[in-house]
Amino acid sequence: MHLDHTHDGPAAVSADAHRPDGTHRALRIGLGGPVGSGKTATVAALCRALRDELSLAVVTNDIYTREDAEFLLRAAVLPPERITAVETGACPHTAIRDDISANLEAVEDLEDEVGPLDLILVESGGDNLTATFSKGLVDAQIFVIDVAGGDDIPRKGGPGVTTADLLVVNKTDLAPYVGSDLGRMAADAKAQRAELPVVFQSLRTEAGVGDVARWVRERLAAWTA
Amino acid sequence: MSRGALLVLADGRFPAGGHAHSGGAEAAVKAGRVTGAAGLGEFCRGRLHTAGLVSAAVAAAAVLGADPGELDLAVDARTPSPALRVASRRLGRQLMRAARATWPSAELDALAREFPKGAHQPVVLGLVARSAGLGAEDAAYCAAYESVSGPASATVRLLSLDPFDATAVLARLAPELDLVADRAVEAGRRVLAEGVDELPCAAAPLLEIGAEAHAAWAVRLFAS
Amino acid sequence: MTGVRATARIVARDDGRGGTALPVLEGDGPLALRRTRASGSEARVMLVGAMSGPLGGDHFAVEAGVERGARLRVGSAAATIALPGQAKGESRYDVRIDVAEGGELHWLPEQLISVQGSDLRVTTRVDLAGSARLVLREEQVLGRVGEEPGRLTSRLSVRVAGRTVLDQELGCGPGAPGGWDGPAVLGGHRAVGQLVVVRPEFAREPVAARMLGEHAALVPLAGPAVLVSAIASDALRLRRVLDEALAFLG
Repeated sequence: MHLDHTHDGPAAVSADAHRPDGTHRALRIGLGGPVGSGKTATVAALCRALRDELSLAVVTNDIYTREDAEFLLRAAVLPPERITAVETGACPHTAIRDDISANLEAVEDLEDEVGPLDLILVESGGDNLTATFSKGLVDAQIFVIDVAGGDDIPRKGGPGVTTADLLVVNKTDLAPYVGSDLGRMAADAKAQRAELPVVFQSLRTEAGVGDVARWVRERLAAWTA
Repeated sequence: MSRGALLVLADGRFPAGGHAHSGGAEAAVKAGRVTGAAGLGEFCRGRLHTAGLVSAAVAAAAVLGADPGELDLAVDARTPSPALRVASRRLGRQLMRAARATWPSAELDALAREFPKGAHQPVVLGLVARSAGLGAEDAAYCAAYESVSGPASATVRLLSLDPFDATAVLARLAPELDLVADRAVEAGRRVLAEGVDELPCAAAPLLEIGAEAHAAWAVRLFAS
Repeated sequence: MTGVRATARIVARDDGRGGTALPVLEGDGPLALRRTRASGSEARVMLVGAMSGPLGGDHFAVEAGVERGARLRVGSAAATIALPGQAKGESRYDVRIDVAEGGELHWLPEQLISVQGSDLRVTTRVDLAGSARLVLREEQVLGRVGEEPGRLTSRLSVRVAGRTVLDQELGCGPGAPGGWDGPAVLGGHRAVGQLVVVRPEFAREPVAARMLGEHAALVPLAGPAVLVSAIASDALRLRRVLDEALAFLG
């Protein structure tokens, strides 16, 4: 047995930037964060913002099978064949970090069946502050928290808050009602994340998901360069 | 054989998708057939001697060099539930992905080409064991153990069962695991001499019926 | 002391006049065969248990061949009862069925009842040509009312055009592999049955899987065949589910 054995056939390495036929695969961006922070709403808004300029698809990782996928289907943000639900056995963090095999199959099948794709958004089911995506599954990840979850979350840190490529602080319109101090959140995030970007957004305002969509476009430009 | 490689392959954290499957435990819990450690023990015992034995024998036969395509058809014939056939192929594909990164081999590449959407999991398991330098007995043990460890860890989540009780259930099944692995290897040897009809075909009606009921639920925690 | 050996044989042949002839219809000892009134092109045969059996050590066999284009329906006059015998060892009941191209067989015997203390191994092997049609029902009742079952092992395999589409063996009763009566296998139910329907058109128009109540499922097999698998508390309830399934398939 040789672990460095060279072999033919389709690539088995999960993070490989090329598909078996040699074409560049889609950029994969993960969205994680606590329950109720607005991940699915952000995914839906991103789909609406980007679907006319990009070929995109979504993979959801639900706790209860297909809930988030069905929300996206009902909202009709994408045609149904572009939305796939991965079943996680009650543990989305396992499916996005420790055992990514089902997610890799889902992204591959989407590229095979509806491709070519520019972008695949992989959404995690709501989990805790330690849940991050494997680098074998996504090329970049967005961590979504919200002001109503407590303005001390950026200070508490955790792998999602400190290492995600983009931190989104969602539902800023609620800050006055829940007593969250946006300035403090921004300062704490800066302390935890140094130069990594942070976006404050409210999907109820006109700007909506615009900043996040811009960040995704930049990522995509770098990926295809 | 390498005992170290066996531990890597048998580890419940081996990233091959098993965590999302309950091995029928979710359906059994919902139907009230499993409500605690005693019921889990009987559930696992029944699964071990039916689905577990069949998988173990298929895996052993694959290690010994039986034709993977014929073994795959034999698993189809021993798996009446289409939901279980889909789950088995999905898990086979996921195991293939993990194994080609961990123990690459030309044989695995060939099987992946022949079954792009996945061969049945025990067929893949047998060839993975070969690639890892393991023997028929090792593969049989892996398959037999998986047939009970999956339901046990799922039931811990489903019933908030005491994890010590669930692990004790598995420990008490150890002598029967030995028995099943032995029978599986014997069957695997007969397959080489006389063909795939020699594979055991032990049926578990409630696993098959429960899998179909489960597949029709709108809301569930596990994929099967 | 050895048990009884008996083999019954049936051959059904297209008679060339729109009917089915039975050139071979041989009962043997405890296995008697009766031709009953035909229905259209279909010949009908009844298995009649002249003795109760099989007893311990007995070895019964039934061989049925349906030739090209012939149509046969086989039933039984009463349930088959597996009883303990004075001879040692298990008894056997082997059924071998062959259906040639364009042939059709309805194999609808009454239940097999496994009586306390009995030890029976049943094998049913069906070989079908690619355009053959089959309806086959198998029902096992574990013990008479209020009685523990005997040891029963029953294997059913079905091949279509040389490919095995179903191979299942159920083992139950004292000495059976562990967990047979538990929540993964029978869950305390005392009647278990299967209905296999093979039709060439299923290859083009597969039937979707469906539940038939809580304890029965109709599933498409990997081939032009459908299986209904059911468990029930008693033989009557089991028969009702299998009859409903057959009516659904039309």
